[in-house]
Amino acid sequence: MSEPLLSVQDVSKRFPVGKSLLGRPTGYVHAVNDVSFDVMPGETFSLVGESGCGKSTTSRLIDHLITPDEGRIFFDGDEVTALSERQMRPLRAKMQMVFQDPYGSLNPRMKVQDIIGEPLLVHTRMSAGERLKRVHELLGTVGLSPAHGERYPHEFSGGQRQRIGIARALSVQPKLIIADEPVSALDVSIQAQVLNLLRDLQEHYELTYLFISHDLSVVEMISDRIAVMYLGTIMEMAPNEELYARPCHPYTQALLSAVPVPDPKSKRRHVLIEGDLPSPMNPPTGCPFHTRCPHCTERCVKEFPKMREVSPGHRLRCHYDGLQLPA
Amino acid sequence: MAEKTKLKGAPGEGDATAATAGAGASEFARGEELPRAQSPARQFLKKFLRRKTAVAGFVFIVLMLVIAVIGPSVVPYDPNQYDYSALLSGPTAAHIWGTDEFGRDVFSRLVAGTQLSLGTALTASVIGTAAGVVFGLIAGFCGGLVDAFIMRVCDVMFAFPGILLAIAVVAIIGPGLTNVMIGVAVFTVPSFARIIRGAVLEVRSELYVEAARSVGCSSRRIMFVHILPGTMQALIVNFTMNVGGAILSASSLSFLGFGASVTQPEWGAMLSQSRNYLATAPHLVLFPGLLIFLTVLAFNLFGDGLRDTLDPKLN
Repeated sequence: MSEPLLSVQDVSKRFPVGKSLLGRPTGYVHAVNDVSFDVMPGETFSLVGESGCGKSTTSRLIDHLITPDEGRIFFDGDEVTALSERQMRPLRAKMQMVFQDPYGSLNPRMKVQDIIGEPLLVHTRMSAGERLKRVHELLGTVGLSPAHGERYPHEFSGGQRQRIGIARALSVQPKLIIADEPVSALDVSIQAQVLNLLRDLQEHYELTYLFISHDLSVVEMISDRIAVMYLGTIMEMAPNEELYARPCHPYTQALLSAVPVPDPKSKRRHVLIEGDLPSPMNPPTGCPFHTRCPHCTERCVKEFPKMREVSPGHRLRCHYDGLQLPA
Repeated sequence: MAEKTKLKGAPGEGDATAATAGAGASEFARGEELPRAQSPARQFLKKFLRRKTAVAGFVFIVLMLVIAVIGPSVVPYDPNQYDYSALLSGPTAAHIWGTDEFGRDVFSRLVAGTQLSLGTALTASVIGTAAGVVFGLIAGFCGGLVDAFIMRVCDVMFAFPGILLAIAVVAIIGPGLTNVMIGVAVFTVPSFARIIRGAVLEVRSELYVEAARSVGCSSRRIMFVHILPGTMQALIVNFTMNVGGAILSASSLSFLGFGASVTQPEWGAMLSQSRNYLATAPHLVLFPGLLIFLTVLAFNLFGDGLRDTLDPKLN
């Protein structure tokens, strides 16, 4: 087995909320809690979960946009968490991000060719002519034409803008692309186009993706391995087929049963979990899922379950084996 | 490796879409056919031209600027030429806006003085704005103690009425038009520092600024390429509005005797000397006063129009 390209080790992040009279925070949002995973070169690793479960925080931690309170992150042999902002900058040539919001993530006052060429300007010593040539290649790669480079982002549709964002991420030929919900702001028909584009690019450029999504059907289409997050914690992690065929965690089972099937005749069991998502400001004791789990025991309330391997590559954060949600 | 080529789990349509979307070569590739949106400049012009008062203000400003440039060389009389045969004459054919107590032609003096009055106000605004932008950028970008310090100093300066602050500055460094400029510039600084700081804070939280960090841009590049242009709109609007105020302040200082010398045809100074003849020769006060009033009004109308045109909520 080769070395992982990205290794996230026991990372936690809390955000202070509110201010007392003395300026001390009155509470913390536990955004990410004891998250660990490795991403191998060339694979697509997905983080799935409901909104607010800490997926995006995890991606921003890896990209060094925020620093974790605990834990360490290694990328391509460097410990990202030990670097200063300035030391991190050269590393960013190897790690680029595609953002969720294709409207907000492109500077509205810059031409598309300047947006795509910006990483080249920052990380390479290319001349302006070489940069423009590369930008034109990239525009072609993502299915736009060189003439589009002269325009401003507001002249493009959401899907086209996301292509621009992808071209920007590709420009410096990074090893890792962090795609934070890259298709969730797009129409369903455009989603498939962008996902196919991402997959083709992966084959051509041997890219590694960290893919973040709340959409299980999108994740199933693109991932090699999947981690399911709940309240800032990874509950289950398994290869794609394994997870969809044999989900072990009650939460994963509930999530999977909620995926719509495009067949009106199919009679399927909907596994419903009761209750609401607990507040990350005041997370439950023990297992984060115990407030909604139908199999909850006293042990679940008291003890935070450890991540353990149930079969090769399939890891689970639950005290019990073989739980099935009632139909 | 998972077999990911099948689109079974793809959202919605399925294989038809996937086929066309194939190797990234979708219908977008034929770029030329994309309808071209109207350029931002043209959209702006169209909206601006609808605001008649603002356009009138703009035309007047342009007229005054032209007069400021060519005025001194086209006036009918030398602005400092005495004519003792026509002291305090009212408007006549020879002197269309009359003459003052030394028989100097008021029209010529006003035209020639445009350069002085506008020049003083514009220079003061430019200097004050530039300094305000620098402080505002630093405060907004650095945050923390630096921000708190700059903003508290601004608060202290806000506690004085602007004209009083300018008088204090001129009183310390001495009278004269240059010092009036400095005085007016000084009280322009805090308001621009505050405006730019606010704009920086707003732009800094934009996703594209985070994207720029993620791309690997240096702080300097983020500040000047991504944040500063985002504050330009607020800057231009407030600059225009500020020029009107600066004309008024500079004229007031000259009126109070801190600015232009008695021989210089500065509008405020002319107004100041004319007030003794208010009863006998009201035209002496009328024309400089009217000119100051109209110029300030023009800048304010133009500024208002710019603000309304650029404000997306009003369109």
